[in-house]
Amino acid sequence: MEIPRHWRLKQQRYGLVGEVCPHCEAKIFPPRDVCPSCGQEAKTLYTFSGKGEVYSYTTIYEAPSGYDQNSPYTVALVKLDEGPMVTAQLTDVDNSQVQIGMPVEMVTRKLRNDGDERGLIVYGYKFRPTMNHI
Amino acid sequence: MTEVVIAGIGQTAVGEHWEISLRELALYATEAAIQDAGGLRPQALFVGNMLSPILSKQAHLGALLADFTGLTGIEAVAVEAAGASGGAALRQGYLAVASGLVDAVLVVGVEKFNDVVGAEIDSALATSSDSDFEAIQGMTPTSQAALLMRRYMHEYNVPSDGLAGFPITAHANGVGNQYAMFQKAIKPETYAKAGMISEPLNMFDMAPNADGAAALVLTRAELLPHDFHHPLVRIAGSALASDTLALHDRSDPLYFEAVHLSTGKAIKQAGITLDQIDLFEYFDAFSIYAAIELESAGLAIRGQGWKLAAEGEIAMNGRLPCATLGGLKARGNPGGATGVYQAVEATLQLRGQAGANQIPDARYAMVQSLGGPASTAVTHILQRMD
Repeated sequence: MEIPRHWRLKQQRYGLVGEVCPHCEAKIFPPRDVCPSCGQEAKTLYTFSGKGEVYSYTTIYEAPSGYDQNSPYTVALVKLDEGPMVTAQLTDVDNSQVQIGMPVEMVTRKLRNDGDERGLIVYGYKFRPTMNHI
Repeated sequence: MTEVVIAGIGQTAVGEHWEISLRELALYATEAAIQDAGGLRPQALFVGNMLSPILSKQAHLGALLADFTGLTGIEAVAVEAAGASGGAALRQGYLAVASGLVDAVLVVGVEKFNDVVGAEIDSALATSSDSDFEAIQGMTPTSQAALLMRRYMHEYNVPSDGLAGFPITAHANGVGNQYAMFQKAIKPETYAKAGMISEPLNMFDMAPNADGAAALVLTRAELLPHDFHHPLVRIAGSALASDTLALHDRSDPLYFEAVHLSTGKAIKQAGITLDQIDLFEYFDAFSIYAAIELESAGLAIRGQGWKLAAEGEIAMNGRLPCATLGGLKARGNPGGATGVYQAVEATLQLRGQAGANQIPDARYAMVQSLGGPASTAVTHILQRMD
C-alpha cells in the first residue's frame, strides 16, 4: 500500500496545482520549489487552467502491472497553455483520432487499480479533446 | 593525473539464462576479467546494476559479489543510474584508480531480467522514470521512446522506415559477435513489416532486455609488467552528466543535454576532437535514442542523425562505425551490465581482437551509456596505447 505517497499529491493529481515563480513569473508543474528558469525559490501556488495541446502521443498495448485493465491506452506529452509540459493519459478519445497539436483539457479519472476489491485505486488527471473541438 | 588502463576484460553471452543466477553470471565475467588481467587482485569492486532489488529481491550487491567471487573483505559497492549503471560503475572505478588511493579496481556490470516475466518487468523498468508524475500515468520507458520518435519524425519529416538503418546496422554487426543475443542480419523489408510495440516504435526499434554480466579490471600502467601479454587500452576521457529525470521537464525533449555535456567533457579531457574517434559504441536501447545521441554529441546536424544510419555512415565500413559488435539491439541490453559490455567491446576493438568485426587501426573509441532518456549520460574515451 502506498497511500501517503498518493495522498500527499492530491492537489496536483486532482487540481493541477503547481507553482509560479515570484521572481521571473515562470509557471511550474509539477511543483519543485526551486524555479527551473531562474534558480530562485518559488513556492507560490498556482492553479493551471488544464488546457493544452498534444506535443506527442503513443499507444501502450503491454501495460505494466496495475494498468492492464485499461490497455490499450494512449499516453501523451501535453504542452499546457501556461508553458510546462506534463505526461498524461488521454481519455474519451479514439486512439486513432489523436494528432500532434490537438487541443486537450484536463479531467479526473481512475489512474490505476491495485487488483483485488480492497486494493488501492488511484485517481488523477488525464486529458481529453477540448469539448468545443469535438 | 594518474593514467588508468584497462588490464582485463570478461563477459558472458547475453541472453535468457534461466539456469544461471545473478551471482553466477557476475562470477563468470569476473573470473574471465581477472584471468585476462594476469591474475591481478582488485582492491575494490564497483557493481553496475539497475533492477536487482526489484527483479531478484536482492540488494547489497557489493558485499554479495565480493564474497561470491572470492574477494571477501575488499571495498565493494553497487552503483545505480538506470540504463547507465554500468557506465557509472566504470566512472567510479576510474575515479578510484585515478585518485591514486586504489591500485586495482574490478568493475562488474550484471543484470538478471529473466527472474520474472511480463508486466512485472515493465513495472520495474518504469521505476527509472519519475514515479509520481510519469510512471503513475502508466508510462513506460518504451512508450517514452515512442513519444520522442513520433515527435522527431513529425518535426523532421522522417519517412516511416527512416530509422531502419539503426537495427539493420546492429544486426549486421551482431553476426560477428559470439556473445551477442542475435547473430543474424535483418533486411529492410523485415523492419518495414515488423509488429508495432508502441506506434511508431516497432519491435526492431527497441533492444531486447536480457541477462548478462561483463567485467573490467582497471589499474595504473606502471603496476603491470612491461611485457604484459596483451595490448593496453587507457581511459583517456571520462565524464558523467545528468539532465531532468522527467522528460516533460525539458524545454527541448529532442535534444539530450547530458549527452552534449558528457561528450564535450570527455573529449576535452582526452585532448582530441570528435573527428579523431574511430568507432562509437552508442546507446541504441531504442533506435530514436541513437539518432538523438548522434545529434546531441555533435556527430550529426539536428534532425539528420537518422540519415547517418540510412546512408551507411555508421556501418562497419562507414565514416563512423557504431555498435560494432551488435550494439544493444543485437548483442542485447542487459540493463546495468550494458555499459560494461560496451567498454569491453571497445577494448576488443582497440586491442585488435574484434575478429571479423575489427575496425582497422582503431585508435580512439567513444563509449556512451544512457539512463532513461539520457537523464544520465556517461561518456568514456578509450585509447590504444602504443
